[in-house]
Amino acid sequence: MKNDVVISIKNLKKSFRKVEVLTELNLEVARGKMLALLGPNGAGKTTTIRILSTLLKPDSGTVVVNGFDVSKNANDVRASIGLTGQYAAVDDYLTGRENLIMMGRLYHLSRVDSKTRAQELLKEFDLLEAGDRRASTYSGGMRRRLDLALSLIATPPILFLDEPTTGLDPRSRLTIWGIIKKLLKSGTTILLTTQYLEEADKLADQVAVLDRGKIIALGTSDELKAMVGRERLEFTIEKENDFHKTLQILGNVSKDVNKDEKRISIETDGTVSDLKQFFDKMSEAGIEVETFSLHKPTLDDVFLKLTGRPVEEKQASGK
Amino acid sequence: MKIINIQTNKNYMNSFFWAISDTLVLIKRSLTHIFKNLDQLLSIIISPVMFMLLFRYVFGGAIETGGVSYVNYLVAGILVQTAAFGATTTSLSVANDLKKGIVERLKTLPIVSSGVLMGHVVADLVRNILSAIVMIGIAYLVGFSPNASVSEWFQIAGILLIFTFAFSWLSAIIGLVAKSVEATQWIGFVIVFPLTFASSAFVPTSGMPDGLRFFAENQPVTHVIEAIRSLMIGTPIGNHGVLAVIWCVGFTLIAIPFVAYLFRRVHRK
Repeated sequence: MKNDVVISIKNLKKSFRKVEVLTELNLEVARGKMLALLGPNGAGKTTTIRILSTLLKPDSGTVVVNGFDVSKNANDVRASIGLTGQYAAVDDYLTGRENLIMMGRLYHLSRVDSKTRAQELLKEFDLLEAGDRRASTYSGGMRRRLDLALSLIATPPILFLDEPTTGLDPRSRLTIWGIIKKLLKSGTTILLTTQYLEEADKLADQVAVLDRGKIIALGTSDELKAMVGRERLEFTIEKENDFHKTLQILGNVSKDVNKDEKRISIETDGTVSDLKQFFDKMSEAGIEVETFSLHKPTLDDVFLKLTGRPVEEKQASGK
Repeated sequence: MKIINIQTNKNYMNSFFWAISDTLVLIKRSLTHIFKNLDQLLSIIISPVMFMLLFRYVFGGAIETGGVSYVNYLVAGILVQTAAFGATTTSLSVANDLKKGIVERLKTLPIVSSGVLMGHVVADLVRNILSAIVMIGIAYLVGFSPNASVSEWFQIAGILLIFTFAFSWLSAIIGLVAKSVEATQWIGFVIVFPLTFASSAFVPTSGMPDGLRFFAENQPVTHVIEAIRSLMIGTPIGNHGVLAVIWCVGFTLIAIPFVAYLFRRVHRK
């Protein structure tokens, strides 16, 4: 094993009863880097995380975390990792602070250190005000932040984040992203699973696309984006004349055209100046744009490109 | 390349110390729940009071207990029944921890994670001590007049504690095998109701039909009740005391390794 690879998965297979969830998984993450495991529900993301964090035993293959084999040295693996699951596993009856202190004690920090660390994390995660309130009164975003803080109490070198922002509002998502970026800067190695292309793109050094228990694409987020294409601007022009005029103005710019619905879609980099340039051109020509919208490429686009088929919901049970 | 494994080189005294420390942290957690959960706190106080007053005044006049006043007869039964019902809180807490992912989180820590079960069981003990005290207080108010000596009271407390302990482990098993939090409730009732009512808790077994009477006279809860009743008010103890202790200790010794086995295999519900 190379010294700088801290998460290594080789030929990993896992089935539940007769359903093959991981067919042949190979993956490596270097120290201090972040890999995003991108895939739809049931692709095997959670199963992978559960095996990495010693909650499940692999059927076959080798899984090594921080130099320790998950099957043979589970306790050493546990001492090296932090896990934040999809479900915000916090104790509702305890306050945020009590949750943190308890976790600190379980990681064998002293009473004083646990308290100090709890205070630090409450501050860092913007939970100071709510710190002495019961966790049951927290909003979804606050629970996720607390959950993430709990897995960081002992500053583990490796962190597994299983869909940390699924179901969160945009503001909470941004807060979590900010925290993750800080962790990366401090040298933590992170494996994150997500259904959002944007999330993988914004945060990860490397993106692996998981489909039916196999990695079907692996590369930097730029490579992935280059494959899928950029953002698209979609707009409709009701007047027959204007519609044709627009097509003329656009000339040989790459575009999708739907004549029946009077809809055109073109590539854009999504910047204000790029959009302004386009709309200026339209108004100069006296063309009225009825409606428009910006589309970021999504997991669906990635899948369509890679597999030629759209995302199937629930490929297999991830339990 | 030789990998030096630091974690497993630590000596056994050290890991024993941490196992105790981790368990204490988790016991503290469960004890905190008692006082933060209003429902739990109320049930400690209300349910024994209700049972005591209902049985004393509603059924008491109609039940013949052969020379002993009904309230004196009743206290042992209600103490044990309350302890049995109280112990089912463990199944609820365990199922909840599983559902919320707390068990999974603990399992990813480098600790003896089954300490979380010990936490709930110990909390059951504390809850039952509190509710037993409340109940005996109420009993005195409605005419309870025991003749137990100090040493007999200690024996009563001892039997009640090992009974609660055994029942909490049974309850932990239910919590681990139940398919959902709701399911623990009815499984609990299916087990606790027959064991406590088909016993000598509220009425003497002599009036029951033959088959039921045989069950009621020989099942463990009756032994526990009769042992406590005898220590409290001086009814003949027979072999109830010995059998009560054998049942409780024996069951606990079998249950704990089984619970540990289940806990290792269980996943999030």
